[in-house]
Amino acid sequence: MPEGGIGASVKRKEDFRFLTGRGNYTDDEVRAGQLYAHMLRSPHGHAALGSIDISKAAAAPGVVCVLTGADADADGIGGLPCGWGITSKDGSPMAEPKWPIIAQGKARYVGEVVAAVIAETAEQAADAAELVEIGYQALDAAAVTETAHLDGTPQIHDEAPNNLCFDWDFPAPEAADAVDAAFRAAAHTARLQLVNQRIIPHSMEPRAAVAEYDKGDEKLTLYCTAQAAHAMRLLLGAFVLNQPEHKFRVVAPDVGGGFGSKVAPYAEYAIICWASRRLERPVRWLGERAECFVTDAHGRDHVTEVELALDGDGRFTGLRVNTVANMGAYLSAFAPLIPTYLYATLFAGQYTTPAICCNVKAVFTNTSPVDALRGAGRPEATYLLERVIDEAAQATGIDPVEIRRRNFIAADAFPYQTPVALLYDSGAYERALDIALERADWSGFGARKSASEADGKMRGIGIAAPIEATGAAPSAIAGQLGARAGLYESAQVRFNATGTVTVFAGTHNHGQGHETTFAQLVTDKLGVPLENVEVVEGDTDRAVMGMGTYGSRSLSVGGSAIDRAMDKIIDKGKKIASHLLEASVDDIEFDSGTFTVSGTDRTIGIGEVAFAAYVPHNYPLEELEPGLDEQAFFDPVNFNFPFASYVCEVEIDPETGTVSVERFTAVDDVGNIVNPMIVEGQVHGGLAHGIGQALMEGAVFDETGQPLTGSLMDYTLPRADTVPSFDLDHTVTPCPMNPLGAKGVGEIGAIGAPPAAVNAIVDALRPLGVNHVDMPVTSQSVWQAIQSAKAS
Amino acid sequence: MYDFNYRKASSVGDAVSAVTGAEDGRFLAGGMTIIPTIKQRLAKPSDLVDLAGIDGLAGISVSGGVVEIGGMARHAEVNASAAVADAIPALAQLAGGIGDPQVRNRGTIGGSIANNDPAADYPAAVVGLGATVHTNRREIAGDAFFTGMFETALEDGELVTKVSFPVPSKAAYMKFPNPASRYAIVGVFVAATAGGPRVAVTGAGPCVFRVAEMEQALGGSFAPEAVADIKIGDGDLNSDIHASAEYRAHLVTVMAKRAVARANG
Repeated sequence: MPEGGIGASVKRKEDFRFLTGRGNYTDDEVRAGQLYAHMLRSPHGHAALGSIDISKAAAAPGVVCVLTGADADADGIGGLPCGWGITSKDGSPMAEPKWPIIAQGKARYVGEVVAAVIAETAEQAADAAELVEIGYQALDAAAVTETAHLDGTPQIHDEAPNNLCFDWDFPAPEAADAVDAAFRAAAHTARLQLVNQRIIPHSMEPRAAVAEYDKGDEKLTLYCTAQAAHAMRLLLGAFVLNQPEHKFRVVAPDVGGGFGSKVAPYAEYAIICWASRRLERPVRWLGERAECFVTDAHGRDHVTEVELALDGDGRFTGLRVNTVANMGAYLSAFAPLIPTYLYATLFAGQYTTPAICCNVKAVFTNTSPVDALRGAGRPEATYLLERVIDEAAQATGIDPVEIRRRNFIAADAFPYQTPVALLYDSGAYERALDIALERADWSGFGARKSASEADGKMRGIGIAAPIEATGAAPSAIAGQLGARAGLYESAQVRFNATGTVTVFAGTHNHGQGHETTFAQLVTDKLGVPLENVEVVEGDTDRAVMGMGTYGSRSLSVGGSAIDRAMDKIIDKGKKIASHLLEASVDDIEFDSGTFTVSGTDRTIGIGEVAFAAYVPHNYPLEELEPGLDEQAFFDPVNFNFPFASYVCEVEIDPETGTVSVERFTAVDDVGNIVNPMIVEGQVHGGLAHGIGQALMEGAVFDETGQPLTGSLMDYTLPRADTVPSFDLDHTVTPCPMNPLGAKGVGEIGAIGAPPAAVNAIVDALRPLGVNHVDMPVTSQSVWQAIQSAKAS
Repeated sequence: MYDFNYRKASSVGDAVSAVTGAEDGRFLAGGMTIIPTIKQRLAKPSDLVDLAGIDGLAGISVSGGVVEIGGMARHAEVNASAAVADAIPALAQLAGGIGDPQVRNRGTIGGSIANNDPAADYPAAVVGLGATVHTNRREIAGDAFFTGMFETALEDGELVTKVSFPVPSKAAYMKFPNPASRYAIVGVFVAATAGGPRVAVTGAGPCVFRVAEMEQALGGSFAPEAVADIKIGDGDLNSDIHASAEYRAHLVTVMAKRAVARANG
């Protein structure tokens, strides 16, 4: 058995090219005769465009054409599509105003494209863009999440009265009655008003695209920073460009980070595809960091009231949630899904709360559109739940650990049907908590707190027990809930004649380590040495139609498709082996790369079988096709449910309000683990992301929709010196829903870290009478909380 | 980025004539502000005249109780200078806390003080130590050099050749950094100088300023307690998403107190 199978922390195969500067990113695609696009963007949050005069720009040196929204209409270019529909509580479909690829009539957020200049060089395009004259008439804006739907707020779209996209109740109208009853009977209640603030994704590689239209065969090729090449082709081709799929190739080469923000089709990609088709020359666009700040889909942005009812024993009896969710100015591809089915279905958490209801009002505002961002709905759900549980611990006088224990779903209760639609697959929540408390030295906290206090500091400790639904998704269920696409995954496993293997997968690797993890699956199951396996992703002309990488789905869904394809390889290999070994196929066994006639020492390696399949001189051609190349699709029967227990410990300087995360212990359960090193890396990244949201990150707009956090000078990202060295452990509760027993890992850290951190901060401040501080918990907000507490 | 002419000056005179002869010429003294500004199309100088090739602008020397730092000395050089660390450790430490390693290896003291960013660190040291700014034309007292937000006493064609810092009996700089940019939200430089205690504040207001009440109190007793209860007014202070004027005013007191404690070792 070659080394490097499941369970081995082998170093990443792809890192050699990344670390030596040999990666091949979108901007590395240089085409003969290429042109450069510059996007002229609205400086206003809300403005009528008035007249647009492109004559000076069009006459500027090097300019090939200047495109406007009217040109897009004239050429029959569609708006950017939304991939998920939500039905309001009154049965009406969500308001879905057109999102033109170039603004028409009005600009609705700062950064919206108002004209595109195509020129021979990037500098010429940028110079000419300054010559486009637009008669902006600034309009009052609706830029505040909480008030956007109130009467009197400026209206953004004619199709959305009161800026309301949808008004959604879940799980059903009668659920509210049950929750009301629980509150009437409650011995204790807890309530919090909280903000889950908007955050901005920050990929190392900015978004970029290169489009090349080949008039000879009428085929369009788009290289772009995409997490889901096939979905990008489907959405752009069918809804925007009217470019048939067989004449449209999308390639997502090496991509430097996605976090969800590179799933949706973007205006710039459509514009350069359209321009290339018009001009019959390649057109490229590379986003600058400042553009990414306002145009990469943002995440979160909820204002929520949460209430929890408890009985006299501290058991949760009812949960009520009311949320206003900001969609931004337009509906990005999966935006409506996030504050609904990715959010409210997680309100049970790890607990047995029997009655849950929620209302979500989604609103349009004059801000950048939002979409999926690491966790997407699940961080928002986990945050409100884990925060209100700490508040309930106060209300009941029960310790935060004990109150969670009393409400955990028991390890023998799986599969567990929650009142919010989901059927949990497997879990052992208390075990993870026990390990986390032990590793975090929970019982030794008092001594550390005393030491901090002796030093003039305050110290707090907090826990969070996050759960996540990953592995999107059972296509039939997703369809019932409004999905406009399937959510299976695909794989093709191809033996080459000399015994090496190429895996084509519908997922995409932009930091997750697929080239290694997927190769390990092949090594483990087929016995092929790791270095003899190549993983190919992100090319619609090469890989089978797949749905891409997001929602922590690649291993549990995509890896399962690879596993299925390998089953087919083994089945066919047995038939070939039975011929070569002159035995009945029923007597052939396969293990670790070798076919054996059962009960004998007659064997043949899978490499020789592959060779025979491609050089079929001695081969059962009348019964079996040559070749050893199989594909499979995997559509999961359920989501899978990774979970964790996190303990965070903070120290606060009361004079300045500065918060320092001193210790962070994370015990994750992501089912079976293929590469522990890569899994740890994913957890590290997620925790850093979550601590970033808790303490530092936040997109701020003024009342006109002007972004105040438009660069890294004002938007704080976590850095090596602002996150602690994490203490990690894991338990393994295999997922029974897929052949690998795997659950997702890419987002759980970002889901669980914010409530753990804020619970720790509130624990430190509670002696002053502080029971909540909104994220990001900056030094200023802590100082203000302390001042307010002192004053009252 | 807009096109501009790049010129590398061979002498101070050459640099001055290149700048004054250009349509809109600027000195390039590290470029840590002007280059990003040009890249964002927020500035459009016709000519950038690089001072990096001029002999004699970059040295560091200590003698007679004065630390002299050439206008083109890089922050990393000041930070790493054993002579500076020995004479005014607070100055070496301040230089080591500017920006990041890339900035410290390109940025210069002359460029920093000529730009006079309200949140820059060096202005606090120049005023806090009672330094003298030497230009190609004259000597300017540190107290008179910084005249407003991004404004200095420098005239057209005038450039910083060196800054001389009298060695104090003790000094320290405490900075409360902006979490994103790591510029000073509030930075306080305190020093016990021959002319009495000095307290210079950067980051909090539109321009570096001294706090007379704190200086007086430290004249009585150079101890943290002397300034711990002195509040400054927040009426003229900066306010942004990271720190309100009220918070900045509070931080001035805290940083001053901690700086005095650090100066006392």
